[in-house]
Amino acid sequence: MKRNADKNADEDVNGGEHEDVQDGVNDGHPDERGTPIGRRVFLGTLGLGALGVVAAPKLQRGLEGFLGGTADKDPTGLTGLLPNGGGFRYYSVASSVPRKNADTYRLKVDGLVDHPATYTLADLRALPQTRMVRDVQCVTGWRVPHTPFEGVRLARLLDEAGVRPGAKAIRFTCFDGTYSESLTLDQARRADVLVALRMQDKDLGHSHGGPVRLYVAPMYFYKSAKWLSGITVTDDVEPGYWEERGYDVDAWVGRSNGRDDDPTS
Amino acid sequence: MTPPADTTAAVRRFSRAERWVHRTTAVLMGVCVLTAACLYVPQLAELVGRRALVVTLHEWAGLALPVPVLAGLASRALRADLRRLNRFGPHDRTWLRAALHRDKRHASRPAGKFNAGQKIYAAWIAGATLVMLGTGLIMWFTHLTPLVWRTSATFVHDWLALTIGIVLAGHIGMALADPESRRGMRTGTVSREWANREHTLWRP
Repeated sequence: MKRNADKNADEDVNGGEHEDVQDGVNDGHPDERGTPIGRRVFLGTLGLGALGVVAAPKLQRGLEGFLGGTADKDPTGLTGLLPNGGGFRYYSVASSVPRKNADTYRLKVDGLVDHPATYTLADLRALPQTRMVRDVQCVTGWRVPHTPFEGVRLARLLDEAGVRPGAKAIRFTCFDGTYSESLTLDQARRADVLVALRMQDKDLGHSHGGPVRLYVAPMYFYKSAKWLSGITVTDDVEPGYWEERGYDVDAWVGRSNGRDDDPTS
Repeated sequence: MTPPADTTAAVRRFSRAERWVHRTTAVLMGVCVLTAACLYVPQLAELVGRRALVVTLHEWAGLALPVPVLAGLASRALRADLRRLNRFGPHDRTWLRAALHRDKRHASRPAGKFNAGQKIYAAWIAGATLVMLGTGLIMWFTHLTPLVWRTSATFVHDWLALTIGIVLAGHIGMALADPESRRGMRTGTVSREWANREHTLWRP
């Protein structure tokens, strides 16, 4: 009843000339009265959204388990498009990334080393290869279980170059022209850090950072720089692209970035 | 000065302000959806790259998304339609039951200016937009909240985005299937014949 009173008041003010004059005529019409269900749906949606944020960690784990399993058996690949639907996501920070192949690809090792070197893809393939199968964990939440990576241990390249005393860290650069990463020398010498040439038992494709990417098994996947083109030994850690934008430099899975994922290595 | 109902071929459905609110909201929503696709669909992400630029576009379009409706609150016609969208009468229950049973006969689908489906869509998309805005802000201003919030917000943002995409496709699909309803949103007027048929209880 109160509403009708308001409406009549509106009408008085407008002297009945307004285009909505018919509203007054319609008072008492079913279109104008009834339960305020619209408001309830609106507030309910907001409430569900808030509840979703609170319950997200639990929901996410459940869905990942389910969708991760389904994605492996899904021939259409559609589950890969679902949020956290298993599988990799393509992230590039550059406008376009040049393609490199066996003829054009070069990996440069320089900085505080005795023997700076440039490797071709064939050079890298000729070195001893290490294959590891671990989970891949992205800091945004997606995880790809049991992913084989294969390549040359980074420690091997560092040994060949001869790291000078006083060196403390490595800076990685990429042929996308933008991305960079970093590791301390101790981290870089771990056995589970590779200069990867193959992933999922295939040569690394362009979209996965091929022909050569870094693979830092125990850390969040942003450390595993794609399209690796430069390894520079430095005297201090220079934070990489995402680390300049707030992510942790020491990105151990489950022990950094405020996350508690299961370790990957 | 409402003209006698029977002599006019066209009836007014939306005011100029309402149509502009719809238009600008649609454009902003379109930018949000397209940029989201470029961030999430691997093939598009690969094609477009420029992640930082696409993210900026997405953030600002999302932030601006509620502005047209808020500005539109200055319009009496829009406020009146919001009241209509809010209120559900017994006929809306009948309409929903018919929709659930896929009963397409007009007699089974009584509707005022807006049918029950349009009312639910309006309320839901408004709520969903604000949830997207809230979770989006948490993801944007990461230093304001603990990181676990960011991850949770990302989770809700992702799944709700997918849901909105599907519902929005339905909204657009239904508009494509009904030229006269599109004309109503484009020009502001619809034929009386259409109004009587589709919105039997509406007394324009």
